[in-house]
Amino acid sequence: MAAILAVLEQRNGELKRVSHEVLGAARGLADGMGAEVHALVIGPSGVGVEGLGDHGADKVLVAADESLMLYQAHRYAYIAATAAADCSAVVLGGTAMGKDLGPRIAARMGAPYVNDVKSIDASGDITVTRPMYSGKVIATLKVPTPCVLSVPPNAFAPVEAGKAGAVEEIAVPDMGDQARATTVSIKEPEQAVLDVAEAGIVVSGGRGLKEEGDFKVVEELAAALGGAVGASRAVVDNGWRSHSEQVGQTGKTVSPNLYFAIGISGAIQHLAGMRTSKVIVAINKDPEAPIFKIADYGIVGDVLEVVPRITEEVKKLKEG
Amino acid sequence: MKIAVCVKRVPDTEARIKVAGDGKSIEESGVKFVLNPFDEYAVEESLKLKEQAGGGEIVVISLGTDANQETMRTALAMGADRGILLKTDVAAPDTLAVAKALAAELKEGEYDVVLFGKLAVDDGTHAVGAMVAELMDLPCVSSISKLEVADGKGTAEREIEGGVEIVEFALPAVLTTEKGLNEPRYPALRGIMMAKKKPLETKEVSVEVSGVEVTGLAHPSERQEGRILGEGPDAVPALIDALKNEAKVL
Repeated sequence: MAAILAVLEQRNGELKRVSHEVLGAARGLADGMGAEVHALVIGPSGVGVEGLGDHGADKVLVAADESLMLYQAHRYAYIAATAAADCSAVVLGGTAMGKDLGPRIAARMGAPYVNDVKSIDASGDITVTRPMYSGKVIATLKVPTPCVLSVPPNAFAPVEAGKAGAVEEIAVPDMGDQARATTVSIKEPEQAVLDVAEAGIVVSGGRGLKEEGDFKVVEELAAALGGAVGASRAVVDNGWRSHSEQVGQTGKTVSPNLYFAIGISGAIQHLAGMRTSKVIVAINKDPEAPIFKIADYGIVGDVLEVVPRITEEVKKLKEG
Repeated sequence: MKIAVCVKRVPDTEARIKVAGDGKSIEESGVKFVLNPFDEYAVEESLKLKEQAGGGEIVVISLGTDANQETMRTALAMGADRGILLKTDVAAPDTLAVAKALAAELKEGEYDVVLFGKLAVDDGTHAVGAMVAELMDLPCVSSISKLEVADGKGTAEREIEGGVEIVEFALPAVLTTEKGLNEPRYPALRGIMMAKKKPLETKEVSVEVSGVEVTGLAHPSERQEGRILGEGPDAVPALIDALKNEAKVL
């Protein structure tokens, strides 16, 4: 039977949330094509893979070795491309790892690679949609098999499906010196940060915050909501915030359930990065700011007065 | 040190993009095209590597039509030494086809470092650099935000979710650049004048036509304009109520 390979992702030996979304996308594709889903987990031994059948995996392939704890591009690509040899398609997540690994698997398979896939229809040919020009245009593409498809976080929902999920260990090749590029460590900040591209709630600040210190109100609201902090290009370019937080065409494209634009006027390149958010809230002192044209809810006013009040109300709600 | 920088001509990020009459491409008239912003970091890094090595050559390579020459001149004006235009008439070829054409050229050049922007802001595929590395069997680190190279070896940092990966590699290598790696210099007037005289060679290449077919382009559905709930902190309770009871996201 034809198979779809779902390449899952672990960090510190635990599956990331995006893994279940990848499995959901692969399941939909497999059901349309009458194929099985083989989930692939590359990492150290002991990654919890028992429940993957319930999320749509017919079979779970495990490539386990302590040396695979960190993402080793060359070895991961070799293992995934080997596992994908007879598969009709490979699906993986559009994370930092997936963005690097997907093209490598495609090059090794000699197969086309399509990233940022937002929807998949496999009832006949495989047809997918994806944004181009950072979301200013949506493209519909017909994709042949085999192919490699990458899905961004928050685009596909995990599924409930009672599949077998039988676990099978696969061989980990000894590639000797062939690795040539080696990930030696991960530097993490002392306090864990939620990534803006993966978060369900994003609170972004822009130039409407007058000083770097004013960003505190953004951080406090994000903390109260359990969301991630985002930033406009203007405040990244003037050095207030790290580029890893930038939302927009030269930053990250995000699609959370709830997006707060605080003191962000709504330049076209910012809108391109967040317009697919499910609910958008804008707070800006200028009632004519373009951000209000795409926001679901707006408050006109001084962000330093309005935002702390929102934080206060959110805290009350959470405590209540 | 011999360095290749692969660059792409893309619409300016501030440009409004309109779907053309055929429904499968974009309207190019009236759109300003620029050097892909992420490629500027690649060009800048090549200049820094050459300065650090005390010499070498920087070759700018681009795949496309004659229109790419203007884009390549921007990189030459920043300080790159010469250019190679891989000329094709295939519009918007598939990433793997692009990677194959570039890899074939890069193999000829025996470069110590091959640089790419991490993605092009038009199709946003984030793919060609890593594909080229696989096709050439070279080490590759993508989306680097910090780089140190010495004695034929390098260490790069790349941003991942909630952290930074530290990757060690040997040269020759392929690297793709992320914003934050450096501050690209503006071409000085002298550089712009000199760029006009720098060699820019054109080579005809054949690019495979992939099986991926664009069946349509469309503008995203307009979001319905929402409502202004009021002014100042007094409007906050109405917002909380709407988020909780109407949008049901709190």
